[in-house]
Amino acid sequence: MFSQGFFTSQLEKAVGWARKYSLFQYPFVTACCGMEYMATASSHYDIDRFGAGFPRFSPRQADVLFVVGTINHKMAPVLKTIYDQMCEPKWVVAFGVCTCTGGFYDNYATVQGIDTIIPVDIYIPGCPPRPETVLDGLMKLQERIQHSRQEF
Amino acid sequence: MAEDSLTLTRLRNKFAANILETHSFRGDDTAIIHPEAIVPVATCLKNDPDLDYNFLMDLTAVDCLNLGTTHRFEVVYHFFSLSKKHRIRIKTPLGGKSPQVDSIASLWAGADWYEREVWDMFGVKFRGHPNLKRILMYEEFEGHPLRKDYPIRKRQPLIGPGSPGQPSSQ
Repeated sequence: MFSQGFFTSQLEKAVGWARKYSLFQYPFVTACCGMEYMATASSHYDIDRFGAGFPRFSPRQADVLFVVGTINHKMAPVLKTIYDQMCEPKWVVAFGVCTCTGGFYDNYATVQGIDTIIPVDIYIPGCPPRPETVLDGLMKLQERIQHSRQEF
Repeated sequence: MAEDSLTLTRLRNKFAANILETHSFRGDDTAIIHPEAIVPVATCLKNDPDLDYNFLMDLTAVDCLNLGTTHRFEVVYHFFSLSKKHRIRIKTPLGGKSPQVDSIASLWAGADWYEREVWDMFGVKFRGHPNLKRILMYEEFEGHPLRKDYPIRKRQPLIGPGSPGQPSSQ
């Protein structure tokens, strides 16, 4: 019966493998990092190679929340609502130094890191990060997804 | 000193008591006026057919806390005439804990948002404004961030769902 073309695995690993290569992103783009996000998504860097080529503009259909750009206090409730609307399992990527720490916007209006509002899985620093950095961050996220406990 | 421009001459003749100072630098005219006179002066600038200042280019404020002046704030207006191609800057000094000046939003509709911004950032009140509320910051924000005595390191609590005192939106 199993004479050829089969392999054994663990269900958790198989689910992790499937999840890490079918990431539907929600790009929460507020600022200049959006340009670098677009460059990463376009053909030259081609984020589709990593199974993450399909941005969804509804949080209900997304797996990964890409927070791309400065988040100020007025935007914070919106970001929190978008995060809450996403279905499990979900991950968050802080894209660019503004989302990581507030960056050089060390002022009265800017949220000093989005991890003060929502949990973050991967931080991609840079102002803005190069597409290579973004792809590196994405691969780190995939590794994390693969090795985390899969709930289903 | 060169002869005064038409606008400065006209203002000085009409509002002599309320003009505190005028100067003209390389064709840029400035008149510093008494705050009580802002609406009559602005009305004159707009409606006098020889002046015809139909464009409010800018309305902002300066916090003079560390500039050694007797007044705390200056509200600055920049007017331009599209037909006569001339411009003027009007400044008015304001003092006290709650500085106030009359709104000119009834003359130039564009002043509406400028005055809300000055209220938001500097805490200068505009009497007679149709809807004087914050325009850039959120309602829960305390203080006026562009005042020189607003602490530069001051951080305010987050607002919205999930923040202290607010239910989560989930």
